[in-house]
Amino acid sequence: MTKPIVQYKDVHKSFGDFEVLKGIDLNIAPAEKICIIGPSGSGKTTIIRMLMTLEEPTSGDIIVDGTNLWKMEKNGRMARANEKHLRQVRSDIGMVFQHFNLFPHMTILKNCMVAPINVKGLSKAEAQKDAEEMLEKVGLKEHMHKYPSQLSGGQKQRVAMARALVMKPRIMLFDEVTSALDPELVGEVLEVIRDIANEGKTAMVLVTHEMDFALEVADRVLFLDEGVIAERGTASEVIEHSENERLQEFLKRFRSSNGNGSN
Amino acid sequence: MNWKWDLFFDSFPIIVKGLKVTISLTIICYIVSLLLGFVWVFFQRQPIKPLKWLMGWVMEFIRSTPPLVQLFFLYYAWPTIPYIGVTLEPFTCAIIGLGLHMSTYIGEVYRSGIESIDKGQWEAATALNFTTGQKWKKIILPQAIPPIIPMLGNYFIILFKEVPLASTVGVLGILALANNYGAAHFRYLEAITVVALLFLILSYPSSLIINWIEKKVNRRFDKDLALKDS
Repeated sequence: MTKPIVQYKDVHKSFGDFEVLKGIDLNIAPAEKICIIGPSGSGKTTIIRMLMTLEEPTSGDIIVDGTNLWKMEKNGRMARANEKHLRQVRSDIGMVFQHFNLFPHMTILKNCMVAPINVKGLSKAEAQKDAEEMLEKVGLKEHMHKYPSQLSGGQKQRVAMARALVMKPRIMLFDEVTSALDPELVGEVLEVIRDIANEGKTAMVLVTHEMDFALEVADRVLFLDEGVIAERGTASEVIEHSENERLQEFLKRFRSSNGNGSN
Repeated sequence: MNWKWDLFFDSFPIIVKGLKVTISLTIICYIVSLLLGFVWVFFQRQPIKPLKWLMGWVMEFIRSTPPLVQLFFLYYAWPTIPYIGVTLEPFTCAIIGLGLHMSTYIGEVYRSGIESIDKGQWEAATALNFTTGQKWKKIILPQAIPPIIPMLGNYFIILFKEVPLASTVGVLGILALANNYGAAHFRYLEAITVVALLFLILSYPSSLIINWIEKKVNRRFDKDLALKDS
């Protein structure tokens, strides 16, 4: 197996007295597509938020391309990583959020230019070229001078993806990116994710409730339950052929609530 | 008591001379309080807990004591304190006293603006790998400042009307000049009326301007909200 781009080693996370994650071990290969499914509150989102440095693990290690994300060597001992270290490792990672989190005071184009200019030091012209290209790809170039408030939810989410992609991350994280959308807008967003997946360059971790989509794009599916990875394997192994009772239960409840067969 | 126009017209030019002091004191105090307001916010947001509590108490203390008492303390009491006591010029004393007092209110306004920004904005900025400074400059402040502009404007008018307090420590603004004129002529009616009139002439248009800004800012936000629902 190729060297993993991300490794979780016995990662635990507690919020107060509540232990959300009880020992996560996971290797992600470069360009691998992973879907994480599981009941709400099982800690799916927390797994990727720790990789994006939005939550700090309580214990355990997350290694990104050979570098420990949350720890650094200091006077010969491992100490808590400082902001400089985090920024360095973080530059490989991009994230799309459930609630888009676009910058409402900037146009769509500016949303996609502000980070390349300020973080990567691109010139305005270069940044604009990249941003326009990416907006073209997500089908929103004609809207680039509008503000986020003037777009539909699906369009906003596509902008959010373009904004993350212009930074050219090697790992893309998707946190329930279709959950806040009206059903008829889900398709256009999945379409864009499918395109990114088909390009095959970026490792992707998707926290999702779209089972059919997971079957289609995921190399691997993880079923997270009560803070541990209860089941893992190819999409079809996990979603279609697992014997795990809790998983069966979850999928059944899921299908009955989604009985209209969306997507 | 009867109204005397000749005293009114006689005192008017004398008192108007104090406008320069009154207005410049207002503007300088306002700038000081706008800057110090950021300092309060900084102390409330930095991670060292005891320092945060200490500054929280200092801020609360300044806000709960009358500005007049603070001015008297700075002007009369502080110079008598050994080692740290310094005698202040009246104008400097007024800048420190009123500026500091107002800054605690301005700091609260800043805080309300900053806290109104959704957590997701910080997270998106982190995900795009901005530095802390860039997050503030590019993402947070541009969204936090416009909605609080009307409130900041109101505090400007409030400050303008508090500035006459400075006459008590010897700043020769319009109130002090009117007071002197009244003492010299044994009549206060016309001179003090001139002061009231000057404040009216200056405050009222200012509040109209602030209302106008408020409407403009609100309209922008209403439009955003309306579109968000559609």
